[in-house]
Amino acid sequence: MKTGDCGFKVKIVSALLLVILATPAMVPAEPPRKGGPLPSIMLPIPKSVEEKTYLGLSGTGTFKIPQIRADVVIVEVFSMYCPFCQKDAPGVNEVYDKIQKDPGLRSRIKMIGIGAGNSAFEVETYKKTFEVLFPLFPDADYVIHRACGEVRTPYFIGVKIQKDKSHQVFLSQQGGFPGARPFLEQILKESRLK
Amino acid sequence: MKKEACFFVVVLGMIIWFSSMATGQTLSEAYKGNIYQPGFLKPVDSVPKVNVGDGAPLFTLPAVSGETISLSQYRGRKNVVLSFVPAAWTPVCSDQWPGYNIMKATFDRHDAILLGITVDNIPTLFAWTNQMGKLWFPVLSDFWPHGAVAEKYGILRSNGVSERALFVIDKNGLICYIDVHDINRRPPLEDLVGALEKLTK
Repeated sequence: MKTGDCGFKVKIVSALLLVILATPAMVPAEPPRKGGPLPSIMLPIPKSVEEKTYLGLSGTGTFKIPQIRADVVIVEVFSMYCPFCQKDAPGVNEVYDKIQKDPGLRSRIKMIGIGAGNSAFEVETYKKTFEVLFPLFPDADYVIHRACGEVRTPYFIGVKIQKDKSHQVFLSQQGGFPGARPFLEQILKESRLK
Repeated sequence: MKKEACFFVVVLGMIIWFSSMATGQTLSEAYKGNIYQPGFLKPVDSVPKVNVGDGAPLFTLPAVSGETISLSQYRGRKNVVLSFVPAAWTPVCSDQWPGYNIMKATFDRHDAILLGITVDNIPTLFAWTNQMGKLWFPVLSDFWPHGAVAEKYGILRSNGVSERALFVIDKNGLICYIDVHDINRRPPLEDLVGALEKLTK
């Protein structure tokens, strides 16, 4: 075998490995499973002081959901283009409001939204239109949406965070928002917060 | 050396091709399992017939509401945004107009009306748009003569559906903005809002 041939074969193998390594990022994962971990989701630390304080974060860069200072995090995967997300938005706001008004829950349950396929502008439009007070994050390139199994919107994920920052998904639900009170009761029951 | 370069171009091409196919699409629960998945489509499949600065081709089309809408009725009164989407009950289209539906205040601020157009017939559009909630803008059917308006604007694809395209037309009837978008992707809202802002500057 000539040395040049060998080098070329190494390059072929490297190239094929590159294709294989690139493939998983393009293939959608399964939706988060109850009892399992969250998919690996990196979010930007908000610039807003209020949002940083709400989430118990500091500095700049990115964070993972279990780093949020809370016992439970409710994640809504939404889209500003989704009619059901729009319809449910007032009810989801009411959940936030009920949590914030309850001294026993305020520091224990946090909410965030991830705008699947939405640019920062689109997320901001949704936030303003529906007067959403909890932090919303854009996912313009569908990276998080793919990691969450390309779920239909709205999709609700409940995550229980332990003191050691380990975590477990306790709710993974497609749509079916039942209204603020039943939803909060469901969160409290399934997370065993109360 | 030439052989190696060719090989890496092919590999890079494969990666870019697969990446472009992984378009990512959200689907609202509103449509349940009723959305047809057409798969990855050729991004643009038509030849433009109009340019920015041209007079917008006139048309009259029936609306889902039962009205008949003519472009000329807005001349001197309103700026007009035409939003052509390829087909009812398909993924990206189903998640485009509901976004515009919460943007009425922005359209009003720029003295603009939105006209949604597809080549589907009225009963299909009626059933489909009912899933979106109550739309504030007219939805027009370019079904018969099939795709005639899309054809006038140079956005009728070879399979008889229109491109995913946006046209902004000022009160003088001149085209000020054209976005014949990749059919597989939704046009970013900020681009359209930017075009509207230019109208009123």
